[in-house]
Amino acid sequence: MKTIKRIAIVGATSSIAEHCARIWAQQVSVELILVGRDQKRLEIVSADLLVRSPNTTIEMVVTDFIHPAAIQKTIDDLFSVSPIDIALIAHGTLPEQQDCQNDLALNYDTLEINGASPVLYAEAFAQHMAKLNQGSIAIIGSVAGDRGRKSNYVYGAAKGLVTRYAQGLQHRFADTKVSVTLIKPGPTNTPMTVAIKGSEKFASPEEVAKIITSGIESKKAVIYAPAKWQIIMMVIRHLPSFIFNKMNI
Amino acid sequence: MKSISSWGRLSHEDHHVIPLNDRQNVTNLIQAQEGRFGIAYGMGRSYGDVALNPNGHLWLTTGLNHLIHFNESTGRLRCESGVLLKDIQRLLIPRGWILPVTPGTQMVTVGGAIANDVHGKNHHLLGSFGDHVQHVKLIRTDSTEIECSPNLNTEWFAATVGGLGLTGLIVEAEIQLRPTSGPWLDTETIPYANLSEFFELADSSEKDWEHTVSWIDCMSNKGQGIFMRANPNKELKDVPKMNAEKKMPFLPPISLVNSLTLRPFNLAYYNLKKYKAGSSIAHYENFFYPLDKLLEWNRMYGPKGFFQYQSVIPRNVGQDATQAMLKEIEKSGEGSFLAVLKTFGNRESLGMLSFPEPGVTLALDFPNHESRTHKLLSRLDAIVKEAKGRIYAAKDARMPRELFEAGYPKLNEFLKYRDAGISSSLSRRLLGS
Repeated sequence: MKTIKRIAIVGATSSIAEHCARIWAQQVSVELILVGRDQKRLEIVSADLLVRSPNTTIEMVVTDFIHPAAIQKTIDDLFSVSPIDIALIAHGTLPEQQDCQNDLALNYDTLEINGASPVLYAEAFAQHMAKLNQGSIAIIGSVAGDRGRKSNYVYGAAKGLVTRYAQGLQHRFADTKVSVTLIKPGPTNTPMTVAIKGSEKFASPEEVAKIITSGIESKKAVIYAPAKWQIIMMVIRHLPSFIFNKMNI
Repeated sequence: MKSISSWGRLSHEDHHVIPLNDRQNVTNLIQAQEGRFGIAYGMGRSYGDVALNPNGHLWLTTGLNHLIHFNESTGRLRCESGVLLKDIQRLLIPRGWILPVTPGTQMVTVGGAIANDVHGKNHHLLGSFGDHVQHVKLIRTDSTEIECSPNLNTEWFAATVGGLGLTGLIVEAEIQLRPTSGPWLDTETIPYANLSEFFELADSSEKDWEHTVSWIDCMSNKGQGIFMRANPNKELKDVPKMNAEKKMPFLPPISLVNSLTLRPFNLAYYNLKKYKAGSSIAHYENFFYPLDKLLEWNRMYGPKGFFQYQSVIPRNVGQDATQAMLKEIEKSGEGSFLAVLKTFGNRESLGMLSFPEPGVTLALDFPNHESRTHKLLSRLDAIVKEAKGRIYAAKDARMPRELFEAGYPKLNEFLKYRDAGISSSLSRRLLGS
């Protein structure tokens, strides 16, 4: 039994992912693999983690988030060195809904980067973890995926796709030692949400990261972060259309 | 557009907020757009309008929160400007290094601490924050980058330390930390009955005590108060669990600090502290940043917000001027709960617009009662002006331009280093643009 935990973070420069990395780096015997698109930004994140936790081992992988072959190769390469214990899939974008309605190319990109891309990563990790019968896959979805709303249904639809995919993976791995966790953060106070009114009241990425890392540890199937969103979204999912359609949300 | 307030909550106006997250990608984001200029905004802890810019841009720096390098043997830390002092303290005190100077809250960014050249309870020993900054990287709105330090581009450095964010965007900084034995302090709490006693205590404590500060009961015109001093405790090592923070649970419809509550509150506080006077051991977070434990305490002043008024008066007239200010406050019927009186050390600040100078500094807070409060503050201005003192810009929302000009003799020199693409409410009010 090896003692060093290997953790791969896809989209490691995203705010929530970075705060998860800061928490993991404080734990003993952790190897972090930061996967991202921009070498320089990965270096900034890596240098920061090394100041915080000088004894952590950090590896950086620059890759593509869209092309299936590139995704396959990235993950195959990681496992060819040594198995991954935890995979956190955290990348994504949050454009303005209105812009997605007006610009089909942006609409498509939003669906691709927030929907297709994370599930391809999850499937690639799943291929290897299934063979080894061990590992944890955690995917960051969103409360926006729970019910389509006029304020963000393009993003929400992509996250809804991730939700169904995660359910399927959970069903597939139900009797194995592979765990699949779907994380549904509520609105979080990150660079992506700064422009939104009231964003200073949102949960901080630090709080959300704490909930995520401990939820992965306990192999929960679905984590709402913060937990209150579980109740809020239950209400929203069950509102009858004649009420829901009158709401400006 | 987003409604933004500063810590005093005196205004709630719309700003175009531009988040900065990637230090390599700042230059394009800070350029003027459609004739609108910007100013850096971090944690919003300055009380007045130094970081406000209604209808203009606010460059939100809290995304620039990366540490860049730390030399474990020299204690030199390089980081981005949006890193919080709290994060540095919590990370590095257990590793034997502490920020030499911090203000009364650690919920501020490094960039804000430099731009306002903040001071703490140990000014007499270690000066202000800028005295420990070894390097600053500025990006200007004309795309130039300026590296400055105590030895390099020294005029730029002196303009930027305490420069109210007006010389360019501070992107990175290097700070010299100080070795520390741990998070604990030996403290002493001593009641004083009047200002003479305060000055005696302050003078006799400067040599042997690293930290000195006092709370003054501004409702008692004699100037009674509680003097606190502290030194690092060199034996206790254990780092305890931090107390949980509590939050001001609601926005009261009127200020909780008012004429009914203030006198009994101050009296009770004075007597409680007097009763508990003596020596004890305190955790640095409780001694340095007591208000950080009550998040959003600024809401206790109600929806109209509050003014902070911090002056420094040269020592030769310090006692008389302080006495005169206390009299004015008493006469006005307005009052201050968080009144702090402290002597600064006998050292000049390095920044052209730095606030600290040798003398005594009095910090007061007043719930916003509009013209009543303005009238009182104008009377305090007159005392400060006559005593040749100055007002702290980081806390100010209303000082007249002539008082600013009189208080900061290096202002004209400073203006040469201003970035023409940066503007704040404060700069328009006090510098005309």
